[in-house]
Amino acid sequence: MSVETSTAAAPQEAKKDGLFSKKNRRVLSDPLDDNNPVTVQILGVCSALAVTVQVKPAIIMAIGVTLVTAFSNLIISLIREGIPGRIRMIVQLVVVALLVTLVDQILKAYMFDVSKKLSVFVGLIITNCIVMGRLEAYAMAQKPWPSFLDGVGNGLGYGIILVVVSVIRELFGSGSVMGLKVVPQFLYDLGYVNNGLMMLPPMALFLIGIYIWIQRARNQKLVNVS
Amino acid sequence: MHSNRYTFIYAIVLSVITAVLLAFASEGFRPLQEANIALDKKTNILRSVRQYTTQRAEIEQIYQERVREIVLDAQGNERAGVDANAVVLKDEVARPAAERQLPLYEYTGEGGKKYYIVPMQGVGLWGPIWGYISIESDFNTVFGSYFDHKSETPGLGAEIAEKSFQQQFEGKKIMEGDKFVSVYVVKKTDKIPYGPEHRVDGISGGTITSRGTDVMIKNCVEPYLAYFEKLRNQ
Repeated sequence: MSVETSTAAAPQEAKKDGLFSKKNRRVLSDPLDDNNPVTVQILGVCSALAVTVQVKPAIIMAIGVTLVTAFSNLIISLIREGIPGRIRMIVQLVVVALLVTLVDQILKAYMFDVSKKLSVFVGLIITNCIVMGRLEAYAMAQKPWPSFLDGVGNGLGYGIILVVVSVIRELFGSGSVMGLKVVPQFLYDLGYVNNGLMMLPPMALFLIGIYIWIQRARNQKLVNVS
Repeated sequence: MHSNRYTFIYAIVLSVITAVLLAFASEGFRPLQEANIALDKKTNILRSVRQYTTQRAEIEQIYQERVREIVLDAQGNERAGVDANAVVLKDEVARPAAERQLPLYEYTGEGGKKYYIVPMQGVGLWGPIWGYISIESDFNTVFGSYFDHKSETPGLGAEIAEKSFQQQFEGKKIMEGDKFVSVYVVKKTDKIPYGPEHRVDGISGGTITSRGTDVMIKNCVEPYLAYFEKLRNQ
C-alpha cells in the first residue's frame, strides 16, 4: 500500500493525506529555514565550505545532493520493512553510494567541465552527513512519498546555503557571479582588489556563521530550541 | 529481529543488484566520457597556441586540420607508429633522459607558420601539475602556454591555471645563444643571471607551485632541444 502512495498517488488517496497536504508541504519547506540541514541541523558543513568558491559548481553540487537525498530517501523508505536491522547502515550506505556513483558518471559524461571543478566532492556526497542523517532520522520510519519530499527539502535547504555563500564568495573573491564579470573595470582601475581570503574555505565558515547569526536573530523559534 | 540467514541473503542480493547496475552505467557512459577527456586534451593543446574557442565542433576541426601528433626518441628522431596520446607523460618524466619517449604536437598557424607544442608534467604543492608550452619556429620564442593542476590551493597556487598567469609567457625566450636557459618562474625581486625575456612573475602565496612550474618547464622542454636542433639545421 505504501508503495502506491509514493508513485502514482491517484485522487482516491487525497482524502487520506493529499500529495501536497499541509503536512507534506511542511515536510518540504521546513528544511529550507526552520530545520535547515546546514545551519540548524549542522550537517554537511564540510562540503559547503569546499564547493562554494564559485556559483555554478555550487548549484550543480546542490542539485546532485538533492537528487541523492531525495532518491535515497525514497528507496530506503520503500524497502525499510525488509532491511535487516543489524546491517541497516550498510544497506543505506550501499544505496547512497550507488546513487552518488551514478551522479558522478552522468556528470563526467554530460557536464565534463563541471565534473572537473567538483572533482572529488561528488564522490564525497556519500559521506555528506545530510544524506545518512535524513535516512536514519526520517526515511527509516516514514512512508515513501513524505520521505521523498523530506529528501528534496533537505537537498534544497543545503542548496540555499551553498548558493548564498557562493554568490558572496564569488562576488568578492573574483568579482563575478556565475562566471560573468560584475565588478566594473573602473573600480579596479581606482584600486579595488578582489579579496583573496574569500577564495579560501575558512571564509565560507565565517559566512555560514554570519548566516546562522542572522537566521537566529530573525527566527526566535530557533533560539529556544537550542 | 531478522535471522542470520535472511541478513546474509539480503546483503548478497543487494550487492549483486548494485554491482550489475553500476557495471551497466559505467559501460554505457564510457564512450561519452572518453570523448570528453580526449576533447579536453585537444582544447588545452589549442589554448597553448592561443586558440581559446570552447565550441566542440570547432575544436575538433582545428585540431584535425592543423595539429600533427609526433613521438620522438631522446635523440630527436621521429618514431613512426607510436600514438602520441598513448604515451603516459608521468611515466616518461620519471625515466632517464636517454630512454624517454617524447610526444610533440606540431601546430600549423596562419600562413603556414609552424609552432611546436611541448607537453609538460610536474609536481606542485598538493599534487601533479601539467601543461603545454608552444615554441615558435625560431625554436626560441615562446608563443603561448597552458597550465593546469589537480589540487593546488584556490586563489594561490591554482592561479597557474589562469589566463593572466599563462599570458606572461608569450614572447619569452628559452635560449641564450646556443645554451638552453628556459623561462624562470620567480619572485620579482629574485636575481637570475639572465634578462627579463627569461623570467615571469611567480605567484605570491603560491611559491611551491611556482617553483614546481619552473622546474617542470626546464625538465620537460630540454629533451626536445635535440629535435629542434635537427630542424634548425635542415
